[in-house]
Amino acid sequence: MANLFASAGSASSVSGPPSGGDYAADSIFRGLAWLSAFLIIALTGYILWEILREAFPAMQAYGLGFITGTTWNVNAQQFGVLPEIWGTLYSSLLALFLGGSFGIAIAIFLTQDFLDHRVATVFRTIIEMLAAIPSVVFGLWGIFVLIPLLKPGAEWLHSQFGWFPLFSTDLAGPGMAPAALVLAIMILPTVAAISVDAFRRIPYKVKEAAYGMGTTRWEAILKVMVPTASSGLLAALVLGFGRALGETMALAMLIGNANQISLSLFSPANTLASLLASTFPEAGQLEVQALMYAALVLLVITFIVNVLGLAVQQYTIRKFEGKK
Amino acid sequence: MNAAAESTFVADPYAAVGEVVIDCQVNKIFYGDFLAVRDSLVPIEQHKITGFIGPSGCGKSTVLRSLNRMNDLIQVFRFEGSVMYHGQDVYGPKVDPVLVRRYIGMVFQQPNPFSMSIYDNVAFGLRLNRFKGDMDERVQKALERAALWNEVKDKLKNSGLSLSGGQQQRLCIARAIATEPDVLLMDEPCSALDPIATRQVEELMLDLKKNYTLALVTHNMQQATRVADTTAFFSVDISHGGRTGYLVEMGPTAQIFEAPREQLTKDYISGQFS
Repeated sequence: MANLFASAGSASSVSGPPSGGDYAADSIFRGLAWLSAFLIIALTGYILWEILREAFPAMQAYGLGFITGTTWNVNAQQFGVLPEIWGTLYSSLLALFLGGSFGIAIAIFLTQDFLDHRVATVFRTIIEMLAAIPSVVFGLWGIFVLIPLLKPGAEWLHSQFGWFPLFSTDLAGPGMAPAALVLAIMILPTVAAISVDAFRRIPYKVKEAAYGMGTTRWEAILKVMVPTASSGLLAALVLGFGRALGETMALAMLIGNANQISLSLFSPANTLASLLASTFPEAGQLEVQALMYAALVLLVITFIVNVLGLAVQQYTIRKFEGKK
Repeated sequence: MNAAAESTFVADPYAAVGEVVIDCQVNKIFYGDFLAVRDSLVPIEQHKITGFIGPSGCGKSTVLRSLNRMNDLIQVFRFEGSVMYHGQDVYGPKVDPVLVRRYIGMVFQQPNPFSMSIYDNVAFGLRLNRFKGDMDERVQKALERAALWNEVKDKLKNSGLSLSGGQQQRLCIARAIATEPDVLLMDEPCSALDPIATRQVEELMLDLKKNYTLALVTHNMQQATRVADTTAFFSVDISHGGRTGYLVEMGPTAQIFEAPREQLTKDYISGQFS
């Protein structure tokens, strides 16, 4: 580009145009950024397309009955994933309830001056290390530690409160309770880390305003800090829920892989992801098509959850922060 | 004045004319090892506006924030002296800082509305103090007194953060006066405002002092002359290698600006202070 202002400035002025290299670097960077953005969209589209293509015969054969059906019988060529949809949502909601409340509580504990800054940093690092533990290790821990640990309590609850739907069966081994507990632990670091950031983003002046009104610490947290951080906290919960929906290995090991719909915390169940993981290796052509259909269902559920989460978050931002 | 003399200088105590609501006697205020303010007697008189002026770092904000124990939020803060308020030392062992702040309200330098609706912002203190009467009426009254009602009466459900900077500051004032606290502390409340909003807030202060007692930190000397009845001038002592602030002179605003007794005050108000 020509320098139109070459004659401007005094003799000692060093103002000058960017070099050709600077402009080139600018263009290259922009091109790379566009390319990366396009590749992400293309890859997502391609994956979706492949799943759709593979699942298409099953979609034609079973239609919506696939979603409402409750049996998965290869020999009878009957495929239905309602128990898996139920198991996926039930285990994820339980995990979200447990992991979400603990995660946000931990974030409050770490950010609202309960701890010295250095101690808080150490705590936070330890919690984030939970995220680095492989799924299969969580599964093994669940089988060898958590299930034996839960058994006596589950037996007692079942014998005393067996009439209550949540405790209507006995814990024979793998089941919903250990699966949901492990899921809760697995989403805890995600929820906690994002919630911590949400609280950290609150400017100091908001805290001053709260205490300046004469709030106790608890009132400041509950009535000011949590509402102020609410959009970030929601993002944390949505991401945590999304992670719980898709979690595979630990669940395949812990949930019992039983095609049944039960409210009981102690009965075995199944999820879409764990159905996929445990059935694929030995599936024939027909079953693979059904599994692809199941994968599509899981994808749609995750998509809906994300869109809903985003909508709620936008609503909160508008309501509390007044931004358009 | 040489350095040694300056380091031991203590202002003549100001003989209050009216009733003193807060009798603040600072011996030393520390942030960790840092001596921020020393030897300052600042009586705050009832139904008057007491202005705090002085260069940056002179400790005027620190003293103001000590009055309702806002500085307790800073862990390394330490106050030596006493702040007598209705016969009680605010720093006494049995006093809960939360209680102090419910009677001595505060408006800050930066507008800091809560991320909730305009109505909820103003009602915040009322709900906090378990007010059982007509909430709508109190909210309206506070917004009217803060000269904001006409601008927001049709959008009370909108977020407080959707307002402009000047409106946000008036919302914060409405929030602070809704519970009708006894004393209102204002820490440079107009520094983020344009001249028109500043004038509105100043008129509000003059109106408020009929019912409340106000203390105002300001960088703007014209503002002090416009609204303050009494002015306290602080300066900063750099002779110890630190930056320790102290009270230089306190008196009726007219006397401070027209006939200051101290050379430092004279230099500062005539703009000869670096």
